[in-house]
Amino acid sequence: MTPSLNRTVSPMAALRADSLTLGYGDRTVASGLTVSLPEGRVTAIVGANACGKSTLLRALARLLRPTDGQVLLDGRDIHAVPTRQLARRLGLLPQSPLAPEGIAVGDLVARGRHPYQRMLSRWSAADEAAVAAALDATDTAGLADRSVDELSGGQRQRVWIAMALAQETDLLLLDEPTTFLDVSHQVDVLDLLADLNRSRGTTIAMVLHDLNLAARYADHLIALREGRIVAEGAPSDVVTGDLVRDVFGMEARVIEDPVSGTPLVVPIGRHHRSAGLAEVAVR
Amino acid sequence: MSATAITVAVGRRRRARRRTVIVGVLAALVVAAWFASLMVGHTFYGPSDVVQVVRGETVPGASFTVGDLRLPRASLAVLTGLAFGMGGVTFQTMLRNPLASPDVIGISTGASAAGLFAIVILGLSGLAVSAVAVVAAIAVALLIYVLAWKDGVVGSRLVLIGIGMAAMLHAVISWVLVQASEWDLQAAMRWFSGNLNNAGWDLVVPLLVVMAVVAPVLLAQGGRLDLLHLGDDTAAALGVPVERTRLLCIVTAVVLMACATAAAGPVAFVAFLAGPIAARLVGPGTPLLVPAALVGALLVLVGDQVGQWAFDNRYPVGVVTGALGAPYLVYLLIRSHRTGGAL
Repeated sequence: MTPSLNRTVSPMAALRADSLTLGYGDRTVASGLTVSLPEGRVTAIVGANACGKSTLLRALARLLRPTDGQVLLDGRDIHAVPTRQLARRLGLLPQSPLAPEGIAVGDLVARGRHPYQRMLSRWSAADEAAVAAALDATDTAGLADRSVDELSGGQRQRVWIAMALAQETDLLLLDEPTTFLDVSHQVDVLDLLADLNRSRGTTIAMVLHDLNLAARYADHLIALREGRIVAEGAPSDVVTGDLVRDVFGMEARVIEDPVSGTPLVVPIGRHHRSAGLAEVAVR
Repeated sequence: MSATAITVAVGRRRRARRRTVIVGVLAALVVAAWFASLMVGHTFYGPSDVVQVVRGETVPGASFTVGDLRLPRASLAVLTGLAFGMGGVTFQTMLRNPLASPDVIGISTGASAAGLFAIVILGLSGLAVSAVAVVAAIAVALLIYVLAWKDGVVGSRLVLIGIGMAAMLHAVISWVLVQASEWDLQAAMRWFSGNLNNAGWDLVVPLLVVMAVVAPVLLAQGGRLDLLHLGDDTAAALGVPVERTRLLCIVTAVVLMACATAAAGPVAFVAFLAGPIAARLVGPGTPLLVPAALVGALLVLVGDQVGQWAFDNRYPVGVVTGALGAPYLVYLLIRSHRTGGAL
């Protein structure tokens, strides 16, 4: 069975969350979260603003210690994995990473090699090759000597993804990788991630705002509302008018995407209420 | 190797070479300025006399002037400059804000206030005063850090709290100075404005010992410090133990700042200026600890010479560096108001 065929069968979970309670200080943001990221697949985490989706991603990336429950990497508590070892398994692109002013693209991407470096060790041919492969994969090799400040938003996002790729992890977590990008660059970035998933078999999990893009690019969808999981599964199974109402509190029609065959959410809105509701198809 | 690997490697090596050359030039300038400080003064001594004195040979006249007066003074300038430069750039990098230098956010002021308090109120002297200053500086740093903590630390919030803390500590300094007897005032003034007038081996040797122990620990964190510049989350994802690294950096940087302050007073703005100047020189996005340390040493060395000889009156080094730093502080405040500020 190749991963590209029959992508709905749930394979082993690379990363699993077991009844997580998450919060900042005394404030609980999410509870009872049990999810799994299927190995070699693309998972999208969706939900309305402040539903806890970024918090869940942070917990999966070990940036946040759960108040209760645990995150398991290969069945082992992620907080028990040594930091450097974890950095060789799991890459992360935060929502707004910060580039030092004026840093060159090549130097920034090279920082992705940190987990492989020891004090006083020389920069190796393997490091060189990993950085070059990351730049090639993200189509940013031509920018290597440019300053990150001079790049457009779409180019910059590719560079950050390149840095995470240089880390050579089989798991990649991304927090809203398409925010601040116009629609064509959003599709660019998601195509790039789909390519990586297919060519390298990288397990990807990302928080996405756009439910339609999530449905198109993800094999596995996790929908959150107010810190709880509302649905989890293949987009074609879970994206329905009811789910959209539950998660976003909005009436919508769900039709088949004429391009990809995945569910397509068409919001109805107040002004088209009568026309929209009359034809709501039950999927 | 792929074509991409070659082009990327060429670019990175070119930048690394440029950095090495500039760091080398800076180091040479520090040595040159140090050596020149030994030659220049009321009486000029030629290079051969100076070399003889440094070697420990006896040269009539020069042995006292160069060996006992100028050598400890120039060496103290180098050591305090290195310490201020490293301490400053550590905070600026870690907090991603050039205003977050220990001399702006009250850590140096904390050391000064505690030192003065120890001399005037507690009647201590010598190394005990320095110890009090180091402990107080660490306490102030941690207090600022805790006060600025709210789901993590944001540089700009920490800077504002630090500036407030500095203002409070200045009030403490003023109060202590009012209490001081005339006799104490002499010893106290060193803690108030940065100057090298008391330079002697009794100040140089303890500072050298502390730096020999602490500076390597900080330098070893250099790579991780650079990753913290990418943001805590990115650094953590790249395998940096964020909290441990930050604590280690804070403590070592504060110890360096406090010990240098104990020896030469809070030489105004050296810590604040060294990092940004070094960043302009070696190019951004490269490790700054070493170049910033060298720039710091150069600032104190040259500032002291300018203060001593450039005017009719002799001014302490802190006056000269303060005159350089103040306009830059104003410039940064204006710029950060517009852009949020970055190193």
